Amino acid sequence: MSQVIVVTSGKGGVGKTTTTANLAAGLASLGSRTVAIDFDVGLRNLDLVMGCERRVVYDLVNVVRGEAALRQALIKDKRLETLHILPASQTRDKDALTLEGVGRVLDELKAAGFEYIICDSPAGIERGAQMAMYYADQAIVVTNPEVSSVRDSDRIIGLLEAKTQRAEQGGDRVATHLLLTRYSPARVAKGEMLSYKDVLELLGIPLVGVIPDSPAVLQSSNAGTPVIFDQTTDAAQAYMDLVHRFVGEERPHRFLEPAKRGFFSRIFGMEEASTYAG
Amino acid sequence: MAFLDYFRKSSSRSASVAKDRLSIIVAREHGRARGQLDYLPQLKQELLQVLAKYERIDLEQVTVNLERNGDCEVLELNVVLSEAEPARASMPFVGAALPR
Repeated sequence: MSQVIVVTSGKGGVGKTTTTANLAAGLASLGSRTVAIDFDVGLRNLDLVMGCERRVVYDLVNVVRGEAALRQALIKDKRLETLHILPASQTRDKDALTLEGVGRVLDELKAAGFEYIICDSPAGIERGAQMAMYYADQAIVVTNPEVSSVRDSDRIIGLLEAKTQRAEQGGDRVATHLLLTRYSPARVAKGEMLSYKDVLELLGIPLVGVIPDSPAVLQSSNAGTPVIFDQTTDAAQAYMDLVHRFVGEERPHRFLEPAKRGFFSRIFGMEEASTYAG
Repeated sequence: MAFLDYFRKSSSRSASVAKDRLSIIVAREHGRARGQLDYLPQLKQELLQVLAKYERIDLEQVTVNLERNGDCEVLELNVVLSEAEPARASMPFVGAALPR
C-alpha cells in the first residue's frame, strides 16, 4: 500500500526541502522503496540538497506532459538503492502542472511499487502548493517557532482540510502532523522563543517531531548529503526519530531541553551557533 | 559577557508576546476559514430591510458583532433608533448562540 505524504508549510525557508530529503532518505534506509518529488517548478532545489543536481535530465513537468517516461526522469540515489528523486523543472512555471497530470504520475509511481511518495511543496498557498497537497494521504506541516511561520502554517492546515482530494470526497481526512524545525531549547528556556507546547496549542495538530537548530543542517546541504546519513548529530537523530514515528513506532521526543552548559561557557557566554538552511 | 545578561533578562521575554498575538490571529482566521463569519454582511443587510419596514434607521447605526465566550459564540445586534424617539434610543438584542 502506497502512502502519499506532502511536506508543506506556507512560509518559505522553514525547512520543507531539508525535511523532504531527510524523511525520504530515512524511510529508504529502513528498506522501503521511496521517491521524493520536487513540486517547486521553476525553483527546483531538492536535487541540490540531495546531491544529484548533475544527474537531472528529465523532470516532473516532462513526465506530466508526456515528453518523457517516468523511468527516464527518476533519479536513483547513489547511496541507497531504495531512494529515488523526481526533480522539478527549472525553466517552466507552476502552471505547467495539472491536477490530472499529477494524479497520473502518482498512480504510475504507486503501480511501480513505491511505498512512500513524498511531495516537497513550494512555498505559498497558490496553485503549486495545492498541486503538491491535493492527492496527499498524510501531511507534514513544517513550522519554525516564529510568528509568521506559525500563522502561515495555520493557513496551510485550513487548506489541507478543504482543498485536497480527501476533503472533496468527504472520506478520511488527510492525516496532518506538525514538525517543528530550528528549535532552540536554550532560547525557549530564556523566554525568547515560542515553546513547542505554545505552537501545539496554537495549531492544534499532533506533533510528529522537533528538529533542533543545528549547524549540521547547513553543512549537510552544502555537501548535498542529507543530515540523517550521519547519525552523530542531534538533528540527524531527531530526523531518524521522525522516520520511526512515521512507520508507527513510539519514540519519545528528544532535544526539548537545553544542553547543560559548563561553568566557563556560562560565565563567558559562548552562545550556541545557529543555522539557516531552507 | 553572559553575566551581564542577568540584568537584561526582563526585556527579552518576547515569546509570551508572540503567543498572545498569534492566539488572536489564529482564532480570527479560523472563524473566517470555517465560513462562520461569511454571512455576517448579508445578515446585516437583510435585518436592515426588515427593520426598515417598521422604523426609520440609519445603516451607520446598526452594528453586528460576533463574540466568543468560552465554548460558545454570541451574535450581538445593536440598533440605535432615530433621535425623534429618545425614550427608545437603544434597542440592544443579544442572542443566537452559534455552534462552533
